[in-house]
Amino acid sequence: MTTSTPTTNKKIESVSGITVRLCGDSGDGMQLLGTQLTNTSALAGNDVATFPDFPAEIRAPRGTRAGVSGFQVQFASEAIFTPGDTLDALVVMNPAAMVTNIADLRKGGILIANEDGFNEKEYKLAKVESNPLDADVIDQSYRVVKVAMTKLTRAAVAEHGLSTKIADRCKNFFAMGLVYWLFGRSLDPTLRFIEAKFGKKPDIAAANVAALRAGWAYGETTEEFGESYQVEAAELEPGTYRNIMGNQALAWGLIAASKISNKEMFYGTYPITPASDILHELTKFKNFGVRTFQAEDEIAAIGATIGAAFGGTMAVTASSGPGIALKGEAMGLGVMLELPMIVINVQRGGPSTGLPTKTEQSDLLQVMFGRNGEAPMPVLAPRSPGDCFAMAVEAWRIAVECMVPVMLLSDGYIANGSEPWKIPEMDELPTILCSHPQEHTGEGPFLPYARNENLARPWAIPGTPELMHRVGGLEKEDGTGNVSYDPANHQHMCDTRAAKVAKIAERIPEQDVNGETSGDVLVVSWGGTYGACHTAVNRCREAGHSVSHAHIRYINPLPRNIGTLLKSFKTVVVPELNSGQLRMLLRAEFLVDCIGINKIQGKPFAVSELVEAISKHTSTHSQSKAG
Amino acid sequence: MNLPVLKAADFASDQDVRWCPGCGDYSILAQMKKILPDLGVPREKTVFVSGIGCSSRFPYYMNTYGMHSIHGRAPTFATGLKSTRPDLMVWVITGDGDALSIGGNHFIHCLRRNLDVNIVLFNNRIYGLTKGQYSPTSSEGQVTKSTPMGAIDHPLSPLSVALAAEATFVARSIDAHVQHLGKTLKAAAEHKGTSLVEVYQNCNVFNDGAMAYAQERKQRADNVIELEHGKPLIFGAERDKGIRLVGSHLEVVNTADVPADDLLIHDALDPNPSIQMMLARMRYPEMPEPIGVLRSVAGVSTYNDQINEQVTQAKAARGEGDLSELFRSGDTWEVKA
Ligand SMILES: Cc1ncc(C[n+]2csc(CCOP(=O)(O)OP(=O)(O)O)c2C)c(N)n1
Ligand code: SF4
Repeated sequence: MTTSTPTTNKKIESVSGITVRLCGDSGDGMQLLGTQLTNTSALAGNDVATFPDFPAEIRAPRGTRAGVSGFQVQFASEAIFTPGDTLDALVVMNPAAMVTNIADLRKGGILIANEDGFNEKEYKLAKVESNPLDADVIDQSYRVVKVAMTKLTRAAVAEHGLSTKIADRCKNFFAMGLVYWLFGRSLDPTLRFIEAKFGKKPDIAAANVAALRAGWAYGETTEEFGESYQVEAAELEPGTYRNIMGNQALAWGLIAASKISNKEMFYGTYPITPASDILHELTKFKNFGVRTFQAEDEIAAIGATIGAAFGGTMAVTASSGPGIALKGEAMGLGVMLELPMIVINVQRGGPSTGLPTKTEQSDLLQVMFGRNGEAPMPVLAPRSPGDCFAMAVEAWRIAVECMVPVMLLSDGYIANGSEPWKIPEMDELPTILCSHPQEHTGEGPFLPYARNENLARPWAIPGTPELMHRVGGLEKEDGTGNVSYDPANHQHMCDTRAAKVAKIAERIPEQDVNGETSGDVLVVSWGGTYGACHTAVNRCREAGHSVSHAHIRYINPLPRNIGTLLKSFKTVVVPELNSGQLRMLLRAEFLVDCIGINKIQGKPFAVSELVEAISKHTSTHSQSKAG
Repeated sequence: MNLPVLKAADFASDQDVRWCPGCGDYSILAQMKKILPDLGVPREKTVFVSGIGCSSRFPYYMNTYGMHSIHGRAPTFATGLKSTRPDLMVWVITGDGDALSIGGNHFIHCLRRNLDVNIVLFNNRIYGLTKGQYSPTSSEGQVTKSTPMGAIDHPLSPLSVALAAEATFVARSIDAHVQHLGKTLKAAAEHKGTSLVEVYQNCNVFNDGAMAYAQERKQRADNVIELEHGKPLIFGAERDKGIRLVGSHLEVVNTADVPADDLLIHDALDPNPSIQMMLARMRYPEMPEPIGVLRSVAGVSTYNDQINEQVTQAKAARGEGDLSELFRSGDTWEVKA
């Protein structure tokens, strides 16, 4: 198989960035197309950010609006933090995809439609009266390119003698080829992918290659396109990069933490969207000593995790909101046992089953307080797909240093999104020292609840002679760990467990700020809204507003300088994909009035909506400046 | 190396035992302490994991490692522990409410996975710790604090549940029948795979005498049949009664009336649980209730062995994982300074 990409003879226009969305029926292979385009763009040195958007049904009825699957990617020659607000190009495979997505295409943007997907039957399925491509407003607003993708694909793969059904499945590769031509992407990574994925089925591999090349050739020959677009490589920090998705980065962070702490890992879980991919990823790495346990439910998953932690293993469990609800009682036990472990919540839209495939940030109060009794747990929240790696390592570091279960709070947007990730050098990874007392030293019996300067107790594990002890959920007497109903001891233990978590503030970095450390407006955000908030604040600053941004990755305890920061601004604005959960915490903790920008639509913030909302609070200032 | 010879007392922790005087739990604790030294497993390699209930206070009273966990979930903690630390001998202590109500799910899954742990189910047919509500093993019609007009649920047999889950070791014993109890616990400990021992345990406060027919020495001989592998099923104070298999059911016969060959011979090793299930379903007063080892099937792979074996295999096939190599697997690119 030759792996060279032809060169175009047409005019090439240079642009700084492109946002494109690919959508079709959930059976059309749009996610594959999107992932390939992302990887190829990342390999070309662009900064990339993605937003896959799947239907909740596995196979929603074909051709319907509910069955539309989309993948958005922004690639750029400068650092970007979001997959983009409005689209420069939209590829639609059928009418349902078109009508549900066209609103996001910017005026003058390119609309590429698979003409063959537009017919009476499809109009009915999409619940449109007539061909939406024929509407005058479409022609007037966009550059419309209609391509008979099905027919052209069939012709391109004809010589490989596939059934029509199989041949038609190759049309996503045709679409890919056309998009690659349009944006000057190399075919090589995708040719390699086809070889690796379909190598065992040579006829399918050959047909996909043929479709891909035909798509490219179509772009080169059709008169519809006079030019293609070129996005130069971005100026990223020097280093070796790869593209990484959030859940994958979480899994890799856990593997790294296990390696550097010289502990094998136990991962107990029960499948749930959008956390399942962490399991799928981890099961590939049994040679790293990873033991994965698919439990009968979430309670069993965390139970096994606590059992493994008691045995001296690096123990991790993950779920999404509904599963985290089931784990509540066991998390409380973990807090009482004072054993190190990681609990991951990849949030989805709620409440209850909610919007399983959509993103939201509404489990913050759940993970802060969703346990009976006073049961504080540290809470860490990665800000982007790549950051999941670093925060997984951090979670384990804190868990071991302080002998406490740590909550890692991700979300569906981070989990499925991807970005270039600078591969860390081994010596950049922190050292995590796990130690177990080997023998009983000192007077009297062994004290399983004796504490060190971090207020952490010793991690004495079964198998160690003379350190036999019993742990459990009944209140423990400090020091001895014996069951105790003594009122003063209970107060003392509640205070101690809280103090232990609070003290972690000494072991985490101070909050950094994008912009000045005092001024008019401080935007405070957490989790997956990082990119949108960062970009929006930068735009406000470019427009001359006094706006700074603090993105919190350590939520419990908060970085030690947060209070001062909040009080150094006239207005504090907190954008969240919930109805104001971090805002409630900040107000309660610091008595600072915070203003929320809140959205609960299962969708991430658009940069433009944040710019508008933030600007409202700076307008007085800029007006007075203007006056 | 000469290992120190341990005695029952060495397994006692320094904690006061706080069960009601006369509770059947004491006898189970005593037998456990008695058999442990014979097993040759050091105290520090022994772990008791329990749920919640009177019986689940058990780990506090043992001078071994222990975890008093949450209601019904003890098998899950044991799963994580044994999967990562197969070198430990793990006991799960549970009650009828703990194992069969709230923990029914975990109970079944632990058994079907054949995790190499020993489950001891203290069955007093009542909720002790919460003071006297009926449990899944309470008799139909039983009047308790929560069933003033009589329980309307049909009782569950832990042995039948275990056999349905294809458990590899299933046994029953009685708190008051101390030798039998000790022997049965020992057999369970020696089994590789999940062992379940149901122990009839008298809650003298909330359900006193519920199983007197089986516990009291005088009545026991006629109401209970002691199973032994390879031996015919004979019972009765005079050993004059036996069990015969007729078609697809069991019946009680007088040994004087039938040829010895007609009696059912107990086969605990039979991997087919059908006849063992018939035995498990024998209920007082229609039938004598079986005690002893109903089933003991060897050679079935255990969950803990397999989860570790896969890790060993992966390491052999692909070598110990290398982080740097992992990070650079797949497509990467260089950004030059
Ligand atoms: C989640 C939860 N629900 C309910 C309880 C209350 N509870 C404690 S023990 C128990 C029943 C115990 O009965 P059993 O398992 O038969 O044990 P016994 O006390 O009889 O030994 C219940 C309902 C609890 N501790 N936790
Ligand atoms: S309530 Fe019953 S089971 Fe509980 S300790 Fe007392 S006698 Fe034993």
